[in-house]
Amino acid sequence: MTDTVAKTAPAPEAPKGERKQSWWKSDRAEPVRRNLGLVGVLIALVIIGIITRPELYGDPNWVKNNIFTILQQASAIGVVTVGMTFVIIGGGIDLSVGAIIALAGVWSTTLATQSYGAIGMIFTALVVGIAVGLINGVLISYGRLVPFIATLAMLVAARGLAAQISGKQTQVSTNSTINSIATTKIAGIPLLVIILGVVVAAGWVLLNRTTFGRRTVAVGGNQEAARLAGINVRFHTMLLYALSGLCCGIAAIMLTSQATSAQAAMANLYELDAIAAAIIGGTLLSGGRGTIIGALFGVLVFSTITNLFAINNLSTEVQNMVKGGIIVAAVLVQQFRYKSLTHLLGRTKS
Amino acid sequence: MTSPEQRDGAAAERPAVDGEQETPLSTENTVTEDGAGPVGGDRPVVLQLTDVVKIFPGVRALDGVQLEVRAGEVHCLLGQNGAGKSTLIKVLAGVHHADEGSITWQGEPFAPANPQAAMKAGIATIYQELDLVDDLSVAENAFLGHEERRLGFVRRGAMARRTREILARLGHPQIPPRRMVRALPAAGKQIVSMARALSHDAKLIVMDEPSAVLAHDEVANLFRIIRELTSHNIAVIYISHRLEEIREIGDRVTVLKDGRTTAANLPARTTPTRELVNRMTGRSIEYVFPPRVQPEDPETMLVVDGLTREGEFADVSLTVKKGEIVGIAGLVGSGRSELLETIFGARTADSGTVVMNGKRITTVGGAVRAGVGMAPEERKSQALLLDEPIYKNMTLASFPTFATAGFTDTGDERTAAMEVAESLELRPRGVSRPVRTLSGGNQQKVVVGRWLLGGTKLLLLDEPTRGVDVGARAELYQVIHKLAESGVGVLLVSSEVPEVLGLSDRVLVMREGHLIHEAPAGDLDEAAVLDLVMAGSLLEGEPA
Repeated sequence: MTDTVAKTAPAPEAPKGERKQSWWKSDRAEPVRRNLGLVGVLIALVIIGIITRPELYGDPNWVKNNIFTILQQASAIGVVTVGMTFVIIGGGIDLSVGAIIALAGVWSTTLATQSYGAIGMIFTALVVGIAVGLINGVLISYGRLVPFIATLAMLVAARGLAAQISGKQTQVSTNSTINSIATTKIAGIPLLVIILGVVVAAGWVLLNRTTFGRRTVAVGGNQEAARLAGINVRFHTMLLYALSGLCCGIAAIMLTSQATSAQAAMANLYELDAIAAAIIGGTLLSGGRGTIIGALFGVLVFSTITNLFAINNLSTEVQNMVKGGIIVAAVLVQQFRYKSLTHLLGRTKS
Repeated sequence: MTSPEQRDGAAAERPAVDGEQETPLSTENTVTEDGAGPVGGDRPVVLQLTDVVKIFPGVRALDGVQLEVRAGEVHCLLGQNGAGKSTLIKVLAGVHHADEGSITWQGEPFAPANPQAAMKAGIATIYQELDLVDDLSVAENAFLGHEERRLGFVRRGAMARRTREILARLGHPQIPPRRMVRALPAAGKQIVSMARALSHDAKLIVMDEPSAVLAHDEVANLFRIIRELTSHNIAVIYISHRLEEIREIGDRVTVLKDGRTTAANLPARTTPTRELVNRMTGRSIEYVFPPRVQPEDPETMLVVDGLTREGEFADVSLTVKKGEIVGIAGLVGSGRSELLETIFGARTADSGTVVMNGKRITTVGGAVRAGVGMAPEERKSQALLLDEPIYKNMTLASFPTFATAGFTDTGDERTAAMEVAESLELRPRGVSRPVRTLSGGNQQKVVVGRWLLGGTKLLLLDEPTRGVDVGARAELYQVIHKLAESGVGVLLVSSEVPEVLGLSDRVLVMREGHLIHEAPAGDLDEAAVLDLVMAGSLLEGEPA
């Protein structure tokens, strides 16, 4: 290398106060600023709740339980959204997550699988999830199918297989360990919420602190650049879909436990909810950019809306219309902010 | 700038020239106004450009262009890459707008607001990469944007009929108007582009290197069509690097250099090649090369043997030694970029081998492990994550080495990136800002820095100074020299001949997929290289 050995002093990040703005305005605070908008939305939703049902919010015990209700509702879809966020940052899309959950749930609740006990059921759900994800990944990476098409085909096929296995019947889980996952609390916190927390934390570390996460951003941000830097783009893309499948397997167990049963129609339209949550959480649909925390907030916004409608006894039809509106509004706001950001950066250049 | 010794050395290599007329040529930037060429002054001037200037941020792409085109003539535009030909075409096509100077078209001031306006006015442009829609039919492409309509419905029959007439006029009645353009060969697509120009009733057709995509016999057909067009008083601006084509089809030649017209209206058939080449060369201001100390008796690192990819390049063999800079000169489309990418393992060779320090390279991963790095031609689309910070871009090829058990260490990455950034004099300082905010030259430094961090022993540079302004170029040249002095071998490709000559120790000349010449950089000059890449006309002798 060149004559650099002498300069081992810590990098002069901010020479002459040029970069000495407040941390708040720095590039590193950018994701925080972005997520703050979603926190604002959450607060607004809670305020609407307080206004519409003040008598409920007067009871602190109810408030605490309601928060756990919201989080529990968000738990399975939250886990799926973490996997989806990785796939989208990596430049892909996974439309088959709902179908994978159904297949994993049904497969792990057949009488034969249940005879192996809780461990056997969990193992089956995870393996089915990873395997189906791998098939997606291989088709996309090595079969060169467009992600949209490959996972759309998988959506149809996996639900078909789930219906075939279950004989279109609802399969009741008789395993008390599995069924108790949804009711167990540890230190007063529901186990489902803890699982969500662990998955989100693991997802955050994986994306921001590991080589896997770095490759994901590189592959989604500029596939050609990643390839020419020696990254095995195809192999990594395949792993991303397997990761999404794994998340689906975890979610299948959570949902099976909540319902104490599984059926081919479970987790219906989860793909749309997960994609929507990732997008309003700031993940670019074109890849290369996104945050796990943002995706979590996206999920929480949706489950809070659901909760808000439930406590006001309003129909799900209106709820879906509001959801649609929120997705559009969130993306519009982000586009606007992204543009003004690049505009600002463009100006500092000259 | 070429020194007198270099010129003499080059001349000695070309005995065919020495006996020729050595008319004293001024290499100053004077415009020779020797009036109309063989076309004569009887035809009316249709297009007149006077002192046209086009400024892009940091560069005067056009800096005083004069051009006079007469009805029914084939006016050739000659100039090196970066001379401003493309910008000039785009000004005529309404893509760019001239900042200064005047353009007169058929006696009226001409300032098209957009490409449609230029088309309407009767100026059609056929770009090198043809702007056709592959999944529309021939007729639909020919009438794209001005379809024959009645009450909002497209009159497919009428359009097909008119397309058939135009195709017949172009001598290609056999092309079915309803055939998908995708199904046509390159030559056929070009015909469709011309049909589109004629469907607009164009009076001037600008053709940007139309022969580049054509096989030899197809060029003859192209010329037949051009003659047919000019016989109907349609003017043609013809851009090509191939001198023999200009001699065959051209009437007059205008030469551009550094955005200026250095010679206007030379007779295409009789102007000596030497004069044309001289008008194109002698760029000096932009290229400031640091002195170069050549390594003594270095060991060979890269050995390429008989490398071939069908239709791109054939039987290429070359070596690069430790600390040596090898330059490949050649025109766009001569297979240079494809060659570099194949050496890097990014394309699969049909035959032949690439061996780096004893290890065979067949994949990009293998190349990187063997210590080979590449800075590709399209920085933004092929090399950079524009929204990611500088240091992450710099460690893109080496971040796993900073990681422990898969966990990255951004602190170490920043420190290492900062060291390299300092040694490359990256500006502004700091490695946290997004790469998007850097200038072209500094973006290139980030790409080069990436491979320095990875401990690269051989660097492949594809057009290292494309989109880099004058000042930053000199800095990049120094960086490349410093790298070579530290023992890194460099294999670079550039379409700017002075750059290849000034930077390299050894020069390989590539033409149409073959390496046709190899010499120490000191034994060649710009004119000699240009001549080799432009069909070797000097070696074959001057026209009478």
